[in-house]
Amino acid sequence: MRDALRRWAVGWGLVGCAALALLPWYATSDGAGPGKLQLLVPGLTLLAALALRNLPSRLGRSVLGLRLMVLGGGGFIYIAAQGWALGGQPGMGLGAAVVATSLLMLFAIGLAARGFFKGDVFVAGAVVAVTVLVGLFTFYPVARILLGAVQGSDGSVSGGALAERLLAAKIWRIDCLTGGRSCGVGWNTLVLALLTATTTTALGLAFALVVTRTGFKAKRLLRVLTILPIITPPFVIGLGLILIFGRSGLVNQLMEWAFAVEPSRWIYGLPGVWLAQTFSFTPVAFLVLIGVVEGVSPSLEEASQTLRADRWQTFRRVSLPLMRPGLANAFLVGFIESIADFGNPIVLGGNFGVLSTEVFFSIVGAQLDQGRAAALGVLLLALALVAFFVQRRVVGGKNYTAISGKGDGGRPAPLPPFVRRLAFGVALPWAVLTLSIYGLALAGGFVETWGRDYTPTLRHYVKAFSVEWSQTGIIWSGSAWRSFWTTLELASVAAPLTAALGILTAYLLVRQRFVGRAAFEFATMLSFAIPGTVIGVSYILAFNVPPIELTGTGTILVVCFVFRNMPVGLRAGVAAMSQIDPSLDEASRTLGGRSLATLRRVILPLLRPAVVAALVYSFVRAMTTVSAVIFLVSADYDMATTYIIHRVLNGDYGVAIAYSSVLIVLMLAAIGLIQLLVGERRLRRAAPALTPLPAGPTA
Amino acid sequence: MTDRRAASIELSRVTKQYGSVTAVRDVSFTIAAGSLVTLLGPSGCGKTTTLRLIAGLETVTSGRIRLGGDDVTALGATERNVSMVFQSYALFPHMSVLDNVAYGPRVGGQSHRRATESARAALAGVGLAELADRLPSELSGGQQQRVAIARALVLEPRVLLFDEPLSNLDARLRRQMREEIRALQQRLGITVVYVTHDQEEALGVSDRIIVMNHAVVAQEGPPRDLYESPDDVFVAGFMGEANRVKGVLQRLDDRTGRVTIGGLTRTLPHRGLADGAVDVAIRPEAILIVGQPTDGALRGTVKRAAYLGSRMEYSIASEIGELFVTSPAVDTPLAPGATVALTLTGHGITLIRP
Ligand SMILES: Nc1ncnc2c1ncn2[C@@H]1O[C@H](COP(=O)(O)OP(=O)(O)O)[C@@H](O)[C@H]1O
Ligand SMILES: [Mg+2]
Repeated sequence: MRDALRRWAVGWGLVGCAALALLPWYATSDGAGPGKLQLLVPGLTLLAALALRNLPSRLGRSVLGLRLMVLGGGGFIYIAAQGWALGGQPGMGLGAAVVATSLLMLFAIGLAARGFFKGDVFVAGAVVAVTVLVGLFTFYPVARILLGAVQGSDGSVSGGALAERLLAAKIWRIDCLTGGRSCGVGWNTLVLALLTATTTTALGLAFALVVTRTGFKAKRLLRVLTILPIITPPFVIGLGLILIFGRSGLVNQLMEWAFAVEPSRWIYGLPGVWLAQTFSFTPVAFLVLIGVVEGVSPSLEEASQTLRADRWQTFRRVSLPLMRPGLANAFLVGFIESIADFGNPIVLGGNFGVLSTEVFFSIVGAQLDQGRAAALGVLLLALALVAFFVQRRVVGGKNYTAISGKGDGGRPAPLPPFVRRLAFGVALPWAVLTLSIYGLALAGGFVETWGRDYTPTLRHYVKAFSVEWSQTGIIWSGSAWRSFWTTLELASVAAPLTAALGILTAYLLVRQRFVGRAAFEFATMLSFAIPGTVIGVSYILAFNVPPIELTGTGTILVVCFVFRNMPVGLRAGVAAMSQIDPSLDEASRTLGGRSLATLRRVILPLLRPAVVAALVYSFVRAMTTVSAVIFLVSADYDMATTYIIHRVLNGDYGVAIAYSSVLIVLMLAAIGLIQLLVGERRLRRAAPALTPLPAGPTA
Repeated sequence: MTDRRAASIELSRVTKQYGSVTAVRDVSFTIAAGSLVTLLGPSGCGKTTTLRLIAGLETVTSGRIRLGGDDVTALGATERNVSMVFQSYALFPHMSVLDNVAYGPRVGGQSHRRATESARAALAGVGLAELADRLPSELSGGQQQRVAIARALVLEPRVLLFDEPLSNLDARLRRQMREEIRALQQRLGITVVYVTHDQEEALGVSDRIIVMNHAVVAQEGPPRDLYESPDDVFVAGFMGEANRVKGVLQRLDDRTGRVTIGGLTRTLPHRGLADGAVDVAIRPEAILIVGQPTDGALRGTVKRAAYLGSRMEYSIASEIGELFVTSPAVDTPLAPGATVALTLTGHGITLIRP
């Protein structure tokens, strides 16, 4: 063991030395390096760490550990401190990154040597790495946005600046109630979120009841409806709604033609955004609620019936109260989704601004007021966090469904006729409407100009995706190709990283006990709650200047994807890993498998479905996300979603729709490919090979 | 690296706390190399925790653990050369039986061929050679148990730990499996620690038994000692049914004393108790029902009777309290209300500390 520790230490020491000597310290193209003196400290630190190899073993592990911790931690702090303290340096490059990593790992090995993490070097390294990464790419940017919010335009910090920005009339005025133009964006956001949360919860419940408590045949179809929003770029629904209800949409045209009614613009504003969000987030509520409804133990309902309660009484007094925490959870999820949503308000909002769009316009619009963007971002963040904490309480507090456990059979009580009719009456028309929105949205890509000229055409596809052959090879002449390839490339890079980080973190959370685990879990969960727009602004504030200068690169997009979507992989990993009997890990340990071997040979193979889910999710979300990305794209790195948004904002719906359709097809293909590559987990043979069992030797 | 000799196990003043819960409190015992010792006790008394501490799956809060004389307190499970058979067997569901058994040698760095060879040998040792290519889900419970044992044995551990190995088997398989484990242990001469909550299982399999209660060791000794002379009420009750009655002790010498129970007197080890009123535990089969009331016998009335096939069970009201009595005389059952005389055999009666 001691030898293994020293091997790790020597390995990382050598990696650090090599990086120091060979890799460029700064991320500049002119190859400038820092002064020799500046590199002296990390260099000496690494050499000292290497020298520890010869530390007499009688001094024991804890001495070795302490020295490694001091050297590694000290060296890392030195690098970070000089980076932030010394002005005028270019951003740090690969060399600095690798040296800093190796110093961190030496610190982690020191921790393990002192007996933390049960002396497991791999676990120690992983915990330290994840902590630093999440700190750097989630909490540091959030700290910067908080700082940005209290900084006046001249850079001085004052509470007054924050108060002034937060109390601005534009956020909190209420003249829409008294007949004025519009209310403040703060009210708009709140009202919209409450409305959306209410409708999505109600619809989600209706769907969940239909699927679990009625003999409804087309359950498959409803399941498909829940997948669709995951693989659609966030504004396809908005586009579909415009094609139906917009100024030159079907409904208005029909009304004008039949009754000569003036075309109305009602869809642009609160009603439209509300409708679009309800379409977008009902499936999420459904997914939450189906678990809740299924979790109501049938035996409780049967007990109620044997106590002479009729169906309605059973539903009202037993089933519904049991679902209440789940309903509250679904409501809060809808609330959080709504305030974080950017795609629907930007497409349909019109004059109806919400916080997320307002943040965007104050940073890209004519105003270009980073301080204001930061303040609005902080407000949005505060809202999201409050909802998040309330949700954690609700979910953590009363978990009725777990009490009577599974496995006690029984059949769920049929719904009372009134509830049943209501659930069907709500769910079915809604499902039809959703499908027709998708249908129309896709059809819109094949006509000349929606609302004016319905001649079938492939014009939009050609414009976006035309390809020409020449002597020199293929020319990707369509206007969309550039952003298409960028998106594909960045999503393919980000997906495996996201999945790996998420699953590794899940492993640490579920399977390891260590000091600070609760804080670690809290930090990773917290990054769930941060709305994308806030991340976007905070990344601009944090990574636009040295020492970490990433804006305008592909790296910042990949980093953003990884840390935005990592919680999804984490959740999939946690859920799957909780299903795996911990004694499997323990068996591996008693058989001599170290944590890395156990992870690789036992846990990962059993986690295949979760790995697929994490890969698919992170890939798909990297392709469809818009809120954070829109702040981070650059001329060199334009993404599909931002390209589409700009087409929409220009009124160029045809190309936007064509592009969205292509993305959907692409994502379906990618999901299939990932399934194929990762493969299935095999716990049973396909064919029942179970002929009569040969008896044991003594039987 | 692997040391083929069986190792002794020594716990000194071991305590394990989970937050505010003390799962194991100040436990000390020594297990001789090559013996089979059971940890016996009711659910939640800390048996599994003790076993996991020996395996290195948990770290002690305080105290020391030695294996074969070496202090292993700070070592993790991976470095202790201790194998464990889990209650759920913990067979890797995605690996074949052979791969499961070859897992230890593989992660220990052996070549694929050598690992497979030793795995086949270990499987043959438990009589499962022909099932090597199956998946665990395709085996019966008893077969899975054997695979788990083979997997644990393939590394030639110095100590083998079993956590309630029979709890997932049906009643008929249990005795057979128990005998197999005992035979295997004696054949290989390894040290085995065996956790169970079933006193019959413990009596049937062990060289020594360590009875635990509320996170501490209640009593330790050979099976017969524990059954016949339990130290206290808890052990007496847990090692089988026991009647607890009042008696009067009068010491005779430094070992024995005369105990008067109702009208009966017996000479028993006084176990360091002072003269005067004492508690006495009497096993149900130590009370004999004799035909007619005679001098020096207890009088009683049958309250309830139950026929259990191989024996009768009676509740008998007597002058020393209600007694639970078993009798092999199934052919001449007594009806409730019958008057009987009772006397005591020589075994199964002991003074207990209150
Ligand atoms: N990982 C754990 N965390 C908290 N408490 C535990 C843990 N493992 C065991 N305990 C507690 O320690 C006590 C002893 O448990 P255990 O050793 O499993 O008992 P046994 O195996 O004898 O039934 C119980 O009260 C149990 O709740
Ligand atoms: Mg147990």
